[in-house]
Amino acid sequence: MSPRLTALDALHRALGATMTDFAGWDMPLRYGSEREEHLAVRTKAGLFDLSHMGEITVSGPQAGELLDHALVGFISALGVLRARYTMICREDGGILDDLIVYRTAEDEYMVVANASNAQVVLDALVERAAGFDAVVRDDRDAYALIAVQGPEANAILSSVTDADLPGLKYYALLPATVADKQVWLARTGYTGEDGFEIFCAPADAEHLWQALTEVGAPHGLVPAGLSCRDTLRLEAGMPLYGHELDTSLTPFDAGLGRVVRFDKTTNGGEFVGRKALEAAAAQAEANPPRKLVGLVSDGKRVPRAEYAVVDADGAVIGRITSGAPSPTLGKPIAIAYVDAAHAAPGTAVAVDVRGKHEPVEVVALPFYKRAR
Amino acid sequence: MSNPQNLQYSKEHEWLTAADADGVSTVGITEHAAGALGDIVYVDLPSVGDTVTAGETCGELESTKSVSDLYSPATGEVVEVNQDVVDEPALVNSAAFEGGWLFKLKVTDTPGDLLSADEYTAFTAG
Repeated sequence: MSPRLTALDALHRALGATMTDFAGWDMPLRYGSEREEHLAVRTKAGLFDLSHMGEITVSGPQAGELLDHALVGFISALGVLRARYTMICREDGGILDDLIVYRTAEDEYMVVANASNAQVVLDALVERAAGFDAVVRDDRDAYALIAVQGPEANAILSSVTDADLPGLKYYALLPATVADKQVWLARTGYTGEDGFEIFCAPADAEHLWQALTEVGAPHGLVPAGLSCRDTLRLEAGMPLYGHELDTSLTPFDAGLGRVVRFDKTTNGGEFVGRKALEAAAAQAEANPPRKLVGLVSDGKRVPRAEYAVVDADGAVIGRITSGAPSPTLGKPIAIAYVDAAHAAPGTAVAVDVRGKHEPVEVVALPFYKRAR
Repeated sequence: MSNPQNLQYSKEHEWLTAADADGVSTVGITEHAAGALGDIVYVDLPSVGDTVTAGETCGELESTKSVSDLYSPATGEVVEVNQDVVDEPALVNSAAFEGGWLFKLKVTDTPGDLLSADEYTAFTAG
C-alpha cells in the first residue's frame, strides 16, 4: 500500500525535506538539521505538519455521556471550547491510545487520536456508541493540522489573526480566522513550549503554511519535522504511544493515573475498563512493580528504546522506552520503566548499550520545563 | 551534492583516498550517508594500531535517531584517527569529504568492487 500524503506534501518536497513513512503516512522527518529545528522551537518557533493525526467528531445530545463511557476521562464535565488529555482503554485497563478531546460545542466533541491508532479508536468509539443518542464521524479527511510551537508562536499568530490570543488559555480552542481562512485554533501542543494547533480544511493548508512562514520568518520560525518533535516531547517528558504506552499497560503503570476519573456522575459511574483500572489504581498505590522514570547520562552513547536498564551487578531492572541525545541538555536522556526499588531520583543505574554498561542517573520527569 | 572524482567509494557509503607516497589512505563517510543518518552526535573509531578489514565493522556512528555500524572500505593498519570528529561529531555532517574524515589507514589490500564517483552517484540515485 502506498503511503498517504498530506495536503502539504508538495511543499515539504520543495523545502527539501527528508520524508519518512510514519503510521502509513509519508511525513517530513526533518528539513535540514533536526538539532537546529529542535533549538528553534525552544528559542523561537517551529512550524509542523501534523495532518496525520486522526480526527473523530462525536456529536449529539448524548455525545458527552458516550465519551464518559468510552474514555477514562470525565469528558462531559469539560467546558465548551476547552480541551483535555485523556485515554481510551480496553475492558482489562490496557491503553488503546492517548487522546486529546476538544469540546467544540455544547453537544459536539473532536477526539484527536494518534495516526497509528486512529482506526482502532474510531472502531472502539463506534462500537461503544451503541445505545447512546450520539453520532461518531470519521473526520480524518476533513482536517489538515498545522502547529506553530515555541516562545514566538503567540507573536507570529497574532499578526495573521484577530482572534483573542491572550484570552485563549492553555488547553482551550476557538473558531478563528487565520490568514483569511476559517480554522479551529487550539492552544495545545506536544513540544513543552507555548504554541498553537490549527485544524483547517486540507484545501487551505498550503495557504496557511505559506502565510505563517512569511510572518514567522522575522521571528525565526522554521519548518520542523517529526524527528525534532520526538526529541522535544521526550525532553518535556510526554509519553508516546508504542513507547511509553501500549495495551499491556494501564494509565497507572505509566504514572498517568490522574487521567482516570472514577468520580464520573454519568452512566451510573460506569465506563469501559473501570473494574480493571480500580485494581490497577490500588496496586499502584500499594505496591507498584515498575515506575516510569527519566535517565540522564554523562557519557556520549545514547540509551535507546528496548535497551535494558541494569543495576550495579548487571541484573536487568528495567527497559528503555525512548532515548535520544537531548539538544537542550547537551547530553543523552531516556525514559524507562524500572523496578520501583530503583526508581528514586538520584539512583545510579546503568544502561546496556550494545554490551557496554553505561552509567546513568535516575531523575524526575520532565527533563525540561519552560519558564512561564 | 556531488561526490569528489578523486575518491573511491564503498557500497556501505565510505570513501577512500588514493594512497599517498607512504601508502596511507584517508577514510570517511559520504555526504549522502551523513545526510541519511541525520545529525551525528557520537563517533566510535578504531584505535591507532588496529588492523581493520575491508567490509568489516570497525566503529559506530550515532545520530539523533539511530546507531549505524562503520565499515572499513579497505584492509590495513590504522595510523591516525581524526580527534576533531571525536570532539565534534557534527563535522561529519558539515564537511563529510573534508574536515569530517574519520581515520587514516596504511592499506594492505583494497577490494576490487569499490566504486568510482560516477558509479557511486548512480548507486545512491537508484
